[in-house]
Amino acid sequence: MKFDTPAGQNPIDRMQVVGRAMNRIDGPLKTTGTAPYAYEHHAEVPNAAYGYLVPAAIAKGRIASIDTRAAKAAPGVLAIVTAQNAGPLGKGDKNTVKLLAGPDVDHYHQAVAVVVAETFEQARAAAGLVRVDYARGAAQFDLDQALKTAPLTGGSSGEGSGAPAVDRVGKFEQAFAAAAVTLDQTYSTPDHSHAMMEPFASIAAWNGDELTLWTSNQMINWGHEDLAKTLGMPKEKIRFMSPYVGGGFGGKLFLRTDAVMAALGAKAAGRPVKLALSRPVIANNTTHRPATRQRIRIGAQKDGTITAIAHESGSGDQPGGSPETAVNQTKLLYAGANRMISMRLAVLNLPEGNAMRAPGEAPGMMALEIAMDEMAEKLGMDPIAFRIKNDTQVDPEKPERRFSQRELVRCLNEGAQRFGWSRRNAKPGQVRDGKWLVGMGVASAFRNHMNMPSAARVRLGQDGVVTVETDMTDIGTGSYTIIAQTAAEMMGVPVEAVVVKLGSSAYPVSAGSGGQFGAANSTAGVYAACVKLREQVAQRLGFNSADAVFQGSKVTSGNRAADLKQAAQGGELVGEDKIEFGKLGKEYQLSTFGAHFVEVGVDAYTGATRLRRMLAVCAAGRIINPKSARSQVIGAMTMGVGSALMEELAVDTRFGLFINHDLALYEVPVHADIPHQEVVFLPEVDDKANPMKAKGVGELGLCGVGAAVANAIYNATGVRVRDYPITLDKHLDKLPAVA
Amino acid sequence: MANRLWRCVTNSQMKENMSKSDLGALSLSRRGVLAGGAATAAMTSAPAAIAQAAASSPMTPAEPAPMMPVSFEVNGQREDLTLDTRTTLLDALREHLHMTGTKKGCDHGQCGACTVMVNGVRINSCLSLAVQHQGDKVTTIEGLGTPDKLHPMQAAFIKHDGYQCGYCTPGQICSAVAVLDEIKRGVPSHVQADVSARPQATNMELRERMSGNICRCGAYSNIAEAMGEVAGVRA
Repeated sequence: MKFDTPAGQNPIDRMQVVGRAMNRIDGPLKTTGTAPYAYEHHAEVPNAAYGYLVPAAIAKGRIASIDTRAAKAAPGVLAIVTAQNAGPLGKGDKNTVKLLAGPDVDHYHQAVAVVVAETFEQARAAAGLVRVDYARGAAQFDLDQALKTAPLTGGSSGEGSGAPAVDRVGKFEQAFAAAAVTLDQTYSTPDHSHAMMEPFASIAAWNGDELTLWTSNQMINWGHEDLAKTLGMPKEKIRFMSPYVGGGFGGKLFLRTDAVMAALGAKAAGRPVKLALSRPVIANNTTHRPATRQRIRIGAQKDGTITAIAHESGSGDQPGGSPETAVNQTKLLYAGANRMISMRLAVLNLPEGNAMRAPGEAPGMMALEIAMDEMAEKLGMDPIAFRIKNDTQVDPEKPERRFSQRELVRCLNEGAQRFGWSRRNAKPGQVRDGKWLVGMGVASAFRNHMNMPSAARVRLGQDGVVTVETDMTDIGTGSYTIIAQTAAEMMGVPVEAVVVKLGSSAYPVSAGSGGQFGAANSTAGVYAACVKLREQVAQRLGFNSADAVFQGSKVTSGNRAADLKQAAQGGELVGEDKIEFGKLGKEYQLSTFGAHFVEVGVDAYTGATRLRRMLAVCAAGRIINPKSARSQVIGAMTMGVGSALMEELAVDTRFGLFINHDLALYEVPVHADIPHQEVVFLPEVDDKANPMKAKGVGELGLCGVGAAVANAIYNATGVRVRDYPITLDKHLDKLPAVA
Repeated sequence: MANRLWRCVTNSQMKENMSKSDLGALSLSRRGVLAGGAATAAMTSAPAAIAQAAASSPMTPAEPAPMMPVSFEVNGQREDLTLDTRTTLLDALREHLHMTGTKKGCDHGQCGACTVMVNGVRINSCLSLAVQHQGDKVTTIEGLGTPDKLHPMQAAFIKHDGYQCGYCTPGQICSAVAVLDEIKRGVPSHVQADVSARPQATNMELRERMSGNICRCGAYSNIAEAMGEVAGVRA
């Protein structure tokens, strides 16, 4: 199905199942521990041996020699695979850096070897006996140093959030120089780790030259293709499965070393092999969100009209890598006749940088939305009024392009009213509640919506059960449930009559899970397949498919009616199709909007920050399941609190590694950090997006919330911190005097 | 960030872990091996003594690890195992008894995904060896309820969407059940204004006691509501 004109009335608009706040259909499995994750397939693979990774102990250089003799002689050891005996390996298209070191080492904790043994304990002990001699090479680990000579670079952060190296509209420099009120500030965000709860894990089983892999991956087709390419074998010989994914956040978008080393280990051992990355290896072995250094300049007239806006960002990555596109949203979020964005990319020998939830916009909004708060203060304007003053209904770079929907102003106004914004004291450092300095902050939320082709197959069985098959993944996003709701709505059956099968390369290729493009595109693909199935049902029943109505497990057409399952009496019916997109997404700018409101208390004595209240108001097209969508937003808000207050991969610039590489030292929010969170979805349908009239929401909740926290802290303390995370040491000595 | 006192117990283990690789590089740097940036450095991920022993006699097979019998009850059923003594309770459950409801998130007592109840008290099952549990009664997520017969806490998690990816969820639910029991038994916590008073199941009290269970999907607000419902209080 080609989607190239705005969606008209369709069966989804009935909203009998779609749009309802349903419990997740996978809930009973997940809450009872019976949903099988990657490392948990004892029934299918009863005789798996255990793989354990030997990670590189240097960041850059080469392996001079590897002595595996002691390890090989250790009890239970079945095989050891290094680059020396792995055979020729390719590199996946989506991987910047190869997944097995040797002879060159590209980053700290890059895989050097896998040891396979009968038991986990034996494999772990033997891995410790592999002796590796390294020759260190010259390397660059210091972003600030490297950015001094880094070239301008365009590109994408891995989920389509692209921007050119330089983009100019009008004459920024002249307009900025002429502006009545100006801001010129720099902001920094650190490297972030996805830190999903389920470690990277795979089980590989060979049958002759055919490979079956259970893994934990957000994008079945990307992983499938890149595993075939890495192993130099036809894709058709690999079955790639990921039915449950214990979190990804972008870290599991790509093939990673657990899959490759499990496959190589299993081949060498002549046994199925299961391999999970140990937690302390994950932060440096896998990808991360790169740190940024951002400069923002805003010039405005006295009435708050922005006349000049520039956003420059620098980040680093491995050779051949990509920039963190932190300037992306600044192209679209606010009006202003004279504009400039640019990006620089430095070569660093730290682990591979790549997409993490809302790549580009997450760190970009952390900076831009502080800058807007600062500018509002300079203008003597309320920060909400300043944002509303500079709202635009068209792409500021291409005014002939309208936004398909843009309800930013309503989000801000609705949120202000609900949150009690009028009670905020605009003068910072004024409000006390016992020992707490109290402040409120606001930020816009913005994230683009991306169209991606997505295919599905839908079966109608003789028993009337509707079965959906697509290689879509559910990484906690609710895919199982919203796909069931879509098929139920389209076929006119209850959700209980729908079976959803996801996460296998045996099924049609979906959009996958990333870039907040999963929900809207994968359900649109299911919509397309259901349209095909409906045609077959009507044909089988001898009905006119154009006016057939599917409702209550029946099909009616004019004055004729039949049970849906009657259509399958002669045999199962199968509809398969793919949603594809025309140029609507180019004619219109498809984006999602919101507003974040935060109240914090900062301990006047210690400088520690505590969240008191949080509210997000979102306008993101039709919300397919308000319950799971709300959870996506509160989860993103929680991650945003992490990036505002605590998350930072600390770079050891001497040895080139993230030194806090486990869950004790890389701090993420815990229960005690997060108060009750409110989320409001404005009623919206976006007929330019897809037949579901839905857009993404899973990353919108992250974009801007960190700055809302930062702005609330400023409002509480009067101390502006522009270097994330805002830990107490960065403002403690400047806090108002304690009486 | 907040309320991480529970992590103190794991600090020594964490440092030990770091010493295996990171600090190995540091000690080499003190000897100036890195001068010039292209010197040769030898490293293994094993403690130094083992590495040296291996280097001096690389062909000598290491001794097989001692095996030991152990018996404990899991969800009311007696299990008799003979295990490598290095096997954690977590791996005994997951890899030997094939009860994979208990999750391995970090294997270092940092995340809480492996939480089970032993003799009615919650523990991180990755931090204890299986052979320490002779005669113990272990309750895992599978022992609380099944998809057809949910425990009230499991049902409340579904109703309030107190999970997303589901990987931390069994540990959260085991902790949640144990926390309400701790409050009922009067076990005090760090956030009580008066530790001699009976603790109450307030929102902050629940959040404090649950802070050893990380949920990266960020379902905390919903988990607090699920627990509040089961406890009969407003979260």
